[in-house]
Amino acid sequence: MLGYLANRLLLMIPTLAGVAVLIFFMLRVVPGDIVEVKLRGDGGSVTQETIEAERARLGLDQPIHVQFVQWMTGLATLDLGNSMWTDRPVTEEIGVRLELTIQVAIMASIIAIMVAIPLGTISALFRDTWVDYVVRLVTIAGLAVPSFWLGMLIILGLLYYANWLPPITYTPIYVDPVANIAQLIWPAMAVGYRYSAVVARMVRSSIIEVMKEDYIRTARAKGVFEKLVVSRHAMRNAILPAITVIGLEFAFLIGGLVVTEQVFNLNGLGKLFVQAVSRNDFTLIQSIVMLIAVIFILSNLVVDVVYAWIDPRIRYGGR
Amino acid sequence: MQQTTSAPPSGTPPLLSVEDLHVHFVTSRGVVRAVEGVSYQVRPGEVLAIVGESGCGKSVSSLAVMRLLAKPAGRVVHGKIMFEGVNLLDLSDEEMRERRGRDISMIFQEPMTSLNPVLSIGQQLMEPLFIHLNMTEAQARERAVELLKMVGITDPERRLEQYPHQFSGGMRQRVMIAIGLACNPKLIIADEPTTALDVTIQAQILELMKELSRKLNIALVVITHNLGVVARYADRVNVMYAARVVEQGTADDVFLRPRHPYAMGLMRSVPRLDRPRGLKLETIEGLPPNLLDPPKGCRFAARCAFKADICEQDPPLNEVEAGHFSACLRAREFVAGTLAPAPAAPVEASARAGKASEPLLSVRGLKKFFTVARKGGLLSTQTSEVRAVNDVSFDIAPGETLGLVGESGCGKTTVGRMVLRLDNPTAGEIRFKGEDIAHKSPAELRAVRRKIQVIFQDPFSSLNPRMTIGQIISEPLMVYKIVPNAKAAAERVAELLVQVGLFAYMAERYPHEMSGGQRQRVGIARALAMEPEFIVCDEPVSALDVSIQGQIINLLENLQHRLNLTYLFIAHDLAVVRHISDRVVVMYLGRVMEMADGDALYAEPLHPYTKALLDAAPVPDPKIEKSRAARALKGELPSPLNPPTGCVFHTRCPLADADCRRIVPEPREARPGHFVACIKV
Repeated sequence: MLGYLANRLLLMIPTLAGVAVLIFFMLRVVPGDIVEVKLRGDGGSVTQETIEAERARLGLDQPIHVQFVQWMTGLATLDLGNSMWTDRPVTEEIGVRLELTIQVAIMASIIAIMVAIPLGTISALFRDTWVDYVVRLVTIAGLAVPSFWLGMLIILGLLYYANWLPPITYTPIYVDPVANIAQLIWPAMAVGYRYSAVVARMVRSSIIEVMKEDYIRTARAKGVFEKLVVSRHAMRNAILPAITVIGLEFAFLIGGLVVTEQVFNLNGLGKLFVQAVSRNDFTLIQSIVMLIAVIFILSNLVVDVVYAWIDPRIRYGGR
Repeated sequence: MQQTTSAPPSGTPPLLSVEDLHVHFVTSRGVVRAVEGVSYQVRPGEVLAIVGESGCGKSVSSLAVMRLLAKPAGRVVHGKIMFEGVNLLDLSDEEMRERRGRDISMIFQEPMTSLNPVLSIGQQLMEPLFIHLNMTEAQARERAVELLKMVGITDPERRLEQYPHQFSGGMRQRVMIAIGLACNPKLIIADEPTTALDVTIQAQILELMKELSRKLNIALVVITHNLGVVARYADRVNVMYAARVVEQGTADDVFLRPRHPYAMGLMRSVPRLDRPRGLKLETIEGLPPNLLDPPKGCRFAARCAFKADICEQDPPLNEVEAGHFSACLRAREFVAGTLAPAPAAPVEASARAGKASEPLLSVRGLKKFFTVARKGGLLSTQTSEVRAVNDVSFDIAPGETLGLVGESGCGKTTVGRMVLRLDNPTAGEIRFKGEDIAHKSPAELRAVRRKIQVIFQDPFSSLNPRMTIGQIISEPLMVYKIVPNAKAAAERVAELLVQVGLFAYMAERYPHEMSGGQRQRVGIARALAMEPEFIVCDEPVSALDVSIQGQIINLLENLQHRLNLTYLFIAHDLAVVRHISDRVVVMYLGRVMEMADGDALYAEPLHPYTKALLDAAPVPDPKIEKSRAARALKGELPSPLNPPTGCVFHTRCPLADADCRRIVPEPREARPGHFVACIKV
């Protein structure tokens, strides 16, 4: 297992190198750069010399291959550079937002898993009864309703019924857990609804499939209690495809929550990403893209490890 | 529709007594009456076989006994299932659960899918012990080890920790049997317990079940379509047809004196190992009725050679001789001998295998090695080699049928694929009409491809479900521009359909609208469309029911004579191969063990492996079977990843000694035309 993990971690390097090359050149294909946005942005007049000087300061006057080498060596030494807009280190810019974003993603995942697995299972076991119809209605709604709109409803509801608004400023969980949760639970719920709908539908269809398997019939023929047939024999097999979806959704939440963050006034990674793109802040964009790539790869790795933990055919290789 | 219940013969009272069972399935197209008025009894220590073709209700009736019918579609609408004096149908779900696995066990057909892949063998084996017998962990483990030993699994302590994918098919079926035996049940229902297994493994498993049933006095209900298995192991036999029992009696009665035309047809349509070839296979023409809308009266009448006016009445299951029941209204005429089936017709005089002529296909030193990746260390993968086919040579004369037999994994299908050039040989040559096709480029092969066609095993998955039968057959005609236009193609399709015994209007149908046998006929028509000279038949009948199998074999033989075709006939069923082949090649682990004229090979097998195969294959005749000693070949097929040194068969061979571990035996001509690769004979 350790060898396998080391192998997988090493295999991240070529993937990330590929991402790094792609994002670097794609950004530079687009015309315009940060200096123009920064200095000419609001129609002010600046001399060509000022612009050139700023370009030189940021290293944008260098030939593209030199910039590329700098970027790659920076990456290799884990030096991501400074934001071109604020001149503060990229790691600092990202760090504070990442903390918040990851917390929301984790909370949303927990909500989704806790809701989706029982809901999907019940729906599958009571297939084509009113229980199933209700669950399917709820999950279809979850797919159809945009998270930000649900977020707005939550805020309005809190205001209307409780006359209370969640705090606006971010408090890290290790400083004041209550204030932290009071702020973040709402966006996590808004996002978690859609998330749980996706997972619940997956759980439902895979339980329905698994319940048709021959080994379920074998278990019943052994006289196993129906509860155990579901929890021991069906669940472990049915959960595998759901785990894949959970992994993908989790990775998506990092950087994919732009509008929801806006609604709840959260200073998250999504918002930072949009800002960076609109400002042509090359170093920041590149770093965020690399971060998201790393999270995608790592969450996939976690999914594969969980797979191996549940499914012995993967653990011991071969079928 | 009450049918007469067969009275139990003297002796112990029956353990299980099924009385006038009716099972319905509700489908979107209507109610399928899957079982109608079935009655039978089983006594402790008795082996009852239920035989019949797919869809006749044999599995459904036994799932009903377990109360495991698929819900909510399937339900018992009438009848009683008395087990130890209690009607199982009256029990609550919980009371029934307590009996399942405790008093009645069931062993299913598919060992590959019947075990849970994510739970260890130990967990699955010990589960009923915890549930029914309240054993402690230590007691259950001890019992599990004992059970695995009983079913012949070595190193049981370690095997308990393993998972199903680490077991071969035969081993998994042993585990299934061990699970079935776990709580010392009184009744075991085995649904096609050996159908998915190779002959030598099948013999091992059946011997084991029979022995255990005798030793532990367990009643055994075996559901099967293999008449040889029935003849070897059953005490009593139920023959089912279209949801009803049509004949019931002792194995001797049913096999030697069948009193229902369906049972007679079944016995006569099976190719037999103990009969020389040369006789045409008798078949039961037509198809079983659709149970959505079954015909009135006798359901077999439409296919029956003895049909009379009286057959429009519903036939009851009557006792025609002591303990022998038949649901034929003319059964007494069979008993009296005034009615009897006609003897089999000889195969049309054929221009069999002109020895003098040049071989049509000549294979020399053919090899196929696959490299498979194994888990390695950091970023590295080690590879190892599977020698799927190793040094195979044979010739096929024009108009001849060469049979290629062996168990799964012996490389017979790979040989066929190389002849078709679906796989590229690693080494060796394949000469077709003197031309080496083993190393030709795809472009050069185009002309040859027309002449070499294939018929595949699975008539269900080898036809594209979204194309009509007409499109499937005409596709190669258009691609190879054999016909000038679409109209000519349609005419040719109609002609081909008639040639394979279908009707021209069937060109408009889709594959799912046809039965298995009809689809296999479509597969044959598709192959014939190219006007081939040579056809590779890869297990063409193994997915079909016995009566349909006979029809397809006869069709293949007829076409061969009419169109002067040459066949490479690949199969695992020795009796089928014997029936159709002029010469036979026996393969084991990628190598040729023996090659001879069919009759010579079956009459006087030289190689110990051939002998073992023939011993393992049961013959549908209880007299012969019950007089044979159990001589199951021990052990399992070694992994082709790590084949034995020397003679690949030495690990299982009764004659093997130290020399066999060293020397790779070359095929030598022991008698004229009879080649054997063994240093001991």
